[in-house]
Amino acid sequence: MNERKPGQSWHDMGGSSFGEVPKEDHDFAIWEKRVDALLVLSSAKGHFTVDGLRRALEDMGESAFENMTYYERWISAINQNLIEAGVYTIQELGDKMVEVKQRGQTYGSAQGSEV
Amino acid sequence: MTIAAGTSIKIKKTSQPGHIRTPYYIRGKTGVIERSLGEFKNPEQLAYSLPSSLYELYRVRFKMSELWDRDIENPNDTVEAEVFAHWIEEYNNAT
Repeated sequence: MNERKPGQSWHDMGGSSFGEVPKEDHDFAIWEKRVDALLVLSSAKGHFTVDGLRRALEDMGESAFENMTYYERWISAINQNLIEAGVYTIQELGDKMVEVKQRGQTYGSAQGSEV
Repeated sequence: MTIAAGTSIKIKKTSQPGHIRTPYYIRGKTGVIERSLGEFKNPEQLAYSLPSSLYELYRVRFKMSELWDRDIENPNDTVEAEVFAHWIEEYNNAT
């Protein structure tokens, strides 16, 4: 990767060298598709726009870009924006996460769709 | 006032923090207005859920040789970027 110039944000990578573009296709997991849908839904309901998503992604910093997957970063940024928009409180989020975790270890059981 | 297609312009060279849609590699560079794309709300406001008035958005064409200080394969190739009016300094009218 090229050296960043003074005042150049970490995410503003245009012109940096990253080698070959990977051309292989890949499937998305169901949770990743749901994260994508959540952005569409949040925008449609007027909670925030894709600009807010990008702002939160940029503010996560370069380590998030290296340590989290694409949709892990997205759900983190969506959560940030939904809290800022007052859709739910941090307390409500915490309570919900405990509730969902109690449903079971697999994705299916967390969905309530597994017997 | 809409800047006419064909006008040579320069992109402002500032690097303030915050959500900015103008890529770093075109800041301070000279290009030509390819066309106006109409008016849009400003992502610099929208990113923080703030209200925004409408700003004119332009497609601006840059020569590769203007953008990069390293060797480039085809210096006459062009890159087009969409840039809001408040990032454009009018430079000289070529039309």
